[in-house]
Amino acid sequence: MRRMMEVLALLVAIAPLAVAEEADPLASGLWDRARAELFGNAPVVFDERVVLLAPAVAEDNLNVPVVADARALGEVEVMVLFADANPILRIATLELSRAEPFIGLSLKMEQGGPVRAAARTPDGVWHVGGVNVAAAGGGCTAPASVHAAADWAQHLGELWGRAWLEPDGAQRVRLRAYHPMDTGLAFGHPAFFIDQLDVTDDAGALLARLRPGEPVSQHPVITLRLRPEAGTRSVRVRGRDSDSNLLEGSLPLAWRTGAPDGDRRTGSKE
Amino acid sequence: MILDRRSLVRGLMGSTAAAATLPLARRSALAAIELRYGLEPRQAAPGIWLFEGRTEYFSVRNGGNIVNTCFVDTGEGLVVFDTGPCRIYGEEMRAAIRRASPMPVRQVVLSHAHPDHYLGNQAFTDVPIMAGPATRAMLQELAGPFADNMYRLIDVWMRGTETVPPTEDLAAGLLPFGRRRLEVLLLAGHTRQDAALFDHDTGTLIAGDLVFWNRAPTTPSADIPSWLRSLDRLEAMAPKRVVPGHGGVSEGVVAIRQTRRYLEWLAATLGEAAEKGLAMAEAMRLPIPAEFQDIAVLPGEYVRSVSHLYPAIEQATLPRIN
Repeated sequence: MRRMMEVLALLVAIAPLAVAEEADPLASGLWDRARAELFGNAPVVFDERVVLLAPAVAEDNLNVPVVADARALGEVEVMVLFADANPILRIATLELSRAEPFIGLSLKMEQGGPVRAAARTPDGVWHVGGVNVAAAGGGCTAPASVHAAADWAQHLGELWGRAWLEPDGAQRVRLRAYHPMDTGLAFGHPAFFIDQLDVTDDAGALLARLRPGEPVSQHPVITLRLRPEAGTRSVRVRGRDSDSNLLEGSLPLAWRTGAPDGDRRTGSKE
Repeated sequence: MILDRRSLVRGLMGSTAAAATLPLARRSALAAIELRYGLEPRQAAPGIWLFEGRTEYFSVRNGGNIVNTCFVDTGEGLVVFDTGPCRIYGEEMRAAIRRASPMPVRQVVLSHAHPDHYLGNQAFTDVPIMAGPATRAMLQELAGPFADNMYRLIDVWMRGTETVPPTEDLAAGLLPFGRRRLEVLLLAGHTRQDAALFDHDTGTLIAGDLVFWNRAPTTPSADIPSWLRSLDRLEAMAPKRVVPGHGGVSEGVVAIRQTRRYLEWLAATLGEAAEKGLAMAEAMRLPIPAEFQDIAVLPGEYVRSVSHLYPAIEQATLPRIN
């Protein structure tokens, strides 16, 4: 009996997939393009369990902060962030190994419209959530302000980072990289952006791979939630940009709440 | 074709071409707006009048009339303090001043380089327009983007508006003319330089945007520590009443204290958020304390402040890792 109930529940749960695809809750005229370009023929559902935090109005088109959180889905293999109306659709892709489906970053918006996250569960279904963000526009076609600094190239690849132990045991890791993140759409500035950032544990096992796209803001600040094995003392960050410049750093994890600096000092003695 | 956004907007303005970028329905709704604010001055203290704006954010509906502008009768001509968000406002203000006082306008004093405070300058080109040297520099640097932004925010109300830069440096100290002791204070914090007027005769502080009252302070150009120091200076003058840049006239120093408490809360909240590792979009969703529930334009203004202030604050909490 109980087994039968489970089967029934499952049938109810997957029933919507069998019918025609539901309408875009954000009613974006550009959804079809996004759907075709990013997901091809894979199944896609709009799912409120994929939460996208963003301001209703972008105060700075070059820095529109978002958090995408698909933890309510359970197991997720990969997340894609995208903005329907940007000339470059994909913002970033997060491949999860020992990381939660959660990411914070800022993006450039060329004009207002939906910002969304899609999370693929192991059954191959993409679950999409998002919000509309109003923006004045011009974010992707404006040159990065860093080019006004004469010495920007000397700082290229500098990394900052810190870890926090969350009450639920996850390691919240924030990373910042010095990089212009040029989209290639601003006159005189070819595309030049960090296109891969791997976070591994101290034994070299991959925790998360982020593949940023051109729309990620200059000097990106990335927030992740990692689930490394207990006892992992530090994580390594290894990335590269579209010109194959390497970015490398490592940061100590925090195994006591609110005491990352104490752990950091311990780590630096090794 | 490469066009920067500003020249694009510029090129469109003055023609109806800008209208073409908006849906027709919205455009015809805009065409129906009567471009008149109905500005009427009211007396804040003997010889001091203000045009009180609404405690809202910019919209086409309010035409950017969200700012207080003032004029003071010195006995030897009027001093105008700020000129509003556009040419239409400035001209209406000038006409209302003419109706209210037989005295001529002697000079304009600009509080700071934000566009809702100086874009009415076109109505005052016959008199000196004074601003602090750092305000003049900031205006020179940012007048273009600021005007573009105002076109976006209040649209048709900007018709015919051009930036008229200040003509002379404003100096701190008692005004060198007039029969009242009217002191110029050159402070900073809301922007790089913020001017205020203190009328010693009536104890009235015309604070510009250093003080907000029941309207959330705005921070796009703010340096909060320096702003707090300026508020200490203003409070030490023990004004009997304050005319803020945004919000109504208040008795005593309540508005100075409210502005200070809000800024202190803002700085502390964002500092703690960054120390806890919150992403910027998470910090934007922190609750506003009940103490500030009567302050207009919250949480909208708070969310804008996170955009302005959080990048530098979070950066300071992240150590180098390579």
